[in-house]
Amino acid sequence: MKSPRLNAPGDQTTEAASAPEAETTGLPGLRTWRSVYALVLGIFLLWVALLAGLTQLSS
Amino acid sequence: MNALDYIVLFGVLAGIALYGTWRTRGRRDLTTYLRGPGDTRWFTIGLSVMATQASAVTFLSTPGQGYQDGLGFIQNYFGAPLALIIVAAFFLPVFRRLNVYTAYEYLGRRFDRKTRLLGAALFLIQRGIGAGLTIYAPAIVLSTVFGWSLPLTIVASGLVVTAYTVSGGSEVVSLTQKYQFAVISAGMVVAFFVLLARLPAGLGFGDALKVAGGFHKLHAVDPSFDLTRRYTLWSGLIGGLFLQLSYFGADQSQVQRYLGGASLRESRLGLMFNAVFKIPMQFFILLLGTLVFVFYQFERPPVFFNQAAWQHGAQGESGARLRTLEADFNQAYAEKKRHVEAWLAATHAGDTRTAEAERTAALAANLRTETAHQQTRTVLQATDPRGAGNDADYVFITFILDHLPHGLIGLLVTVFFAATLNSKAAELNALASCTTVDFYRHLFQPAASDQQYVAVSRLFTALWGLVAIAFALSITLAENIIQFANIVGSIFYPVVLGLFLVAFFVRKIGGTAVFWGAVAAQTLVCAIFLLQTTFPVLGVAYLWYNLIGCAACVAFSAILQLFLPPPAAGRPTS
Repeated sequence: MKSPRLNAPGDQTTEAASAPEAETTGLPGLRTWRSVYALVLGIFLLWVALLAGLTQLSS
Repeated sequence: MNALDYIVLFGVLAGIALYGTWRTRGRRDLTTYLRGPGDTRWFTIGLSVMATQASAVTFLSTPGQGYQDGLGFIQNYFGAPLALIIVAAFFLPVFRRLNVYTAYEYLGRRFDRKTRLLGAALFLIQRGIGAGLTIYAPAIVLSTVFGWSLPLTIVASGLVVTAYTVSGGSEVVSLTQKYQFAVISAGMVVAFFVLLARLPAGLGFGDALKVAGGFHKLHAVDPSFDLTRRYTLWSGLIGGLFLQLSYFGADQSQVQRYLGGASLRESRLGLMFNAVFKIPMQFFILLLGTLVFVFYQFERPPVFFNQAAWQHGAQGESGARLRTLEADFNQAYAEKKRHVEAWLAATHAGDTRTAEAERTAALAANLRTETAHQQTRTVLQATDPRGAGNDADYVFITFILDHLPHGLIGLLVTVFFAATLNSKAAELNALASCTTVDFYRHLFQPAASDQQYVAVSRLFTALWGLVAIAFALSITLAENIIQFANIVGSIFYPVVLGLFLVAFFVRKIGGTAVFWGAVAAQTLVCAIFLLQTTFPVLGVAYLWYNLIGCAACVAFSAILQLFLPPPAAGRPTS
């Protein structure tokens, strides 16, 4: 996931967050933050699908 | 409540507050007081973020929502996981790198002083109202049910939380939240299993879901694109995303919770913990309310759950009318119960035709009970507009009092107060931090010592505590409490979020453009809200305010920037 570039070059409010993205997650099987976000998104979509299924079943 | 309940209530609340105060005594430096000791792990951050959002309203009012409207309210939270991912990926690294105390400090660095102060002021207005509501919400319900004095309940709970927050600052907030949330989780899980045990013999969990589904209480997802409906998949995903993004990314009461992490990793994992567990937690609470609805298909509920208001009305001029409505309700209820039992019996026997006929008859009888209930509410509101609002907030507490054993009643009432204290403490801590850092230090005393700033922070914490108590003593609500809280947030949050989105993602817009763009957008949202209050026919559900306000702030800023000189390349110092 690309971090935003914020303001003028050299300004500390503008630096791309490349260092934070490179920081290890410390989670087994999920080495990058991008993979953590993907997993969380997947869990969310699973919940929506289950709730939609529940709605359909009870109709 | 008996003596055992009061021992549980006061023992748990006082124990946690005193332990937190003792553990964090003597904090003197500003960083520790406002951000915590800097060694907080992801689990504590995750619980702290969750506890800050989950006030007593969540545990008192949400089951009532489940009882009344089923699971549909869950869609309100669909934006949360997406918002938390955005905050973890984009907002958090910048806040941590700049080492800010408040989110609005960043606005000052990116734009200018006036934009920082505008963002901070909008936060103080919104959260100041929210802080009053946080105390008022459980106090009104519990004082009505138990016959306690409302002012005394508000003042007592307000003073307790103010006292320990003044003493220990951010650290005591996180510490007490952890233990309070453990009590809350235990209480809600116990209530769930006791409720299942109290269902009629032979009625299993599957049958309970069948009954709930038969009354359309399991409709969790509404895919229609209807702007006038409060909760749909799209209002939850789009409006909810903006609401939750404002809350987690631009509300100091949340930003302060995750800025206290030992590292960026700990803060991010704390946010991801919430992204994973927020929807299951809300689902569980709504399901609890739905099961309370099923329970009351076999056990006659009162015609109006705010029984104090009903009894007050029954003693007045409308007494005869209210008793007639109660008789209508009871008759319709008895019919409904008969049809529900016949429907289940037919289902178990595999007779689908009879089952469907009995279900249809039960739905018709249910409509009559709802009509009698609605008419009762109208009569009571005409008698006493302040006393008889939406009684959904009284559903869960009525079930607890009438059907749970002593000791557990004390535990569940403790849950409501613990939830009040933990969200209120975070709010006071954030309000004081913002007032100290963004106003006092920034405008009046930029070079004071840490001890002076801590003293001033303590003073502002106490002052905001008193403001919240005063506000709680003066308000009255017709809305369901949790909906009112979200409506207030939807009016003020989106413009603050707009400021942050411009700051993060639109490089070419400067401070003057974004400031006036935000002022215009806030005026627009207030105008829409007032127009809708005056002419409800306009019908835009409040979750959409979040999209409208935020988009207007970005658009107005961009348009204004076309007529202004480009922003300077250097970094503003405010």
